[in-house]
Amino acid sequence: MGEAGGLASPGMKYLLLIYQNPAAREALPEPEVTAMGDEVDTIIDELVETGEWVGGEGLADPSTARTVRVRDGVAAVTDGPFAEAKEQMVGYCIVDCESRERAVEIAARWPDARRWGMEVRPILSPDGIEM
Amino acid sequence: MSSPVVEGLLRTAAPRVLVALVRRYGGFDACEDAVQEALLAAALQWPDRGVPDNPDGWLFTVASRRMTDEIRSDQSRRRREDAVVLAEPRGDLDVPDADDTLTLLLLCCHPELTPASQIALTLRAVGGLTTAEIARAFLVPEATMAQRISRAKQRIQRAGARFELPPAGAARQARLAVVLHVLYLIFNEGYAATSGPDATRPDLTAEAIRLTRVMRELLPDDGEVAGLLALMLLTDGRRPARTTPDGALVPLAEQDRSLWDRALLDEGIGLVTAALTDAPLGSYQLQAAIAAVHAEAATADDTDWPQIAALYELLEGIAPSPVVRLNRAVAAAMVHGPEAGLDLLATLDQDVHMADHHRVAAVRAHLLELAGDREAARKSFLDAARASTSLPERRYLEGRAAQLREAD
Repeated sequence: MGEAGGLASPGMKYLLLIYQNPAAREALPEPEVTAMGDEVDTIIDELVETGEWVGGEGLADPSTARTVRVRDGVAAVTDGPFAEAKEQMVGYCIVDCESRERAVEIAARWPDARRWGMEVRPILSPDGIEM
Repeated sequence: MSSPVVEGLLRTAAPRVLVALVRRYGGFDACEDAVQEALLAAALQWPDRGVPDNPDGWLFTVASRRMTDEIRSDQSRRRREDAVVLAEPRGDLDVPDADDTLTLLLLCCHPELTPASQIALTLRAVGGLTTAEIARAFLVPEATMAQRISRAKQRIQRAGARFELPPAGAARQARLAVVLHVLYLIFNEGYAATSGPDATRPDLTAEAIRLTRVMRELLPDDGEVAGLLALMLLTDGRRPARTTPDGALVPLAEQDRSLWDRALLDEGIGLVTAALTDAPLGSYQLQAAIAAVHAEAATADDTDWPQIAALYELLEGIAPSPVVRLNRAVAAAMVHGPEAGLDLLATLDQDVHMADHHRVAAVRAHLLELAGDREAARKSFLDAARASTSLPERRYLEGRAAQLREAD
């Protein structure tokens, strides 16, 4: 153990995972879906403006997913997402911001957070300080 | 002319040209953009065509052209005239005085800005780095960094900041403290990055040291400037020993001290020794003094821990923080035994604001191991590994936990 340590970094990357219930999402009336999209566009514009936006994309329907498991060198490919769950990941974005609190604040603004949920995961940095 | 030489020239010229441009045209935001464009043009042309006789004049001329273009906003004329202007630099620029560079630094580290913005703007406007280089250093897209810089400049403008040195006194001292903190953050960012996989990332420790040397030239009698420079040199001097060839972190106690850069360490020791004698005590000086004690120990066992413990107590007196308490706990353990360290550590558990939970857990693990409680130590190393958001730190902590299991 040395004298270094606690060297605060001014920013860190967070992955925001966007979750929806696909059945409930399909049942939404069209104007609401459009409104959600517009709302997301506004948030992204703001994050670009603040210099916190790193990137992100939406995903095609979970039914189009393929899950791959290799056992004894043989790939078994099954239709559908990795976890059979009512709520599925439908998109992600990466932000670079000052604190976990700020990342959570951003996630809370997503319209999906009101209906379903968002997951905020710190992204491991390749940098580090010896102890 | 090789591009590293050109790069060095451009980085030192950048703040001079920017100051001259602001003096001529006003409008920090537009001038800063114009200088960046001139730097990019030079980086493209000079390596092939050679460095002009008057590099500052060349950059000033090209940047001035951008400024007048901005005003005229005449695209086709700009393309025709550029060829002439680039070939024939004209006019000398006034050499800015020391206060101008200081004014520039204070402006880039304006208190209205977030640390991330202060860092980005300082590196670009004073450091002469390109947006792309700064983006690579911080592992974000260039567009993200460009936006951060442009927003920072807008904020400065909205705050009504002018290109003027604040009057000497407490207010200026407070602003200078922000500049030192920004330089310290730039250094730390670069120091942490040395284990990263990308060799094209610019070396921010070298950049931070270069800028702190500029600060020292401007303020030769300031003990904290000297202390910060010493701290950087004393930390950077250990860099060759802090990672294995495959990028794994090596803790201070296990580093091969023959790999340490003696010249950097000796310069740091000299600087901090003089500062402690001549200037009022400050936290960078104390941190540098602690680093100097480590640098003076031929082996880890030779470390003068009582002196380090005393220095941390002084540091906690003038700049108390959970991190200082954490380090004091390590020193106390080395002097009085692991229980003394663990007792001090327990006082940190109440501090819910301690963002560096993984560091507390790592120190606790280390002290528990010293105390002989291997199972608790192993659990604490794993706790630290889970809380860490750094890949090399996590690997190190998991490795320590695994060693404790294997030894059972």
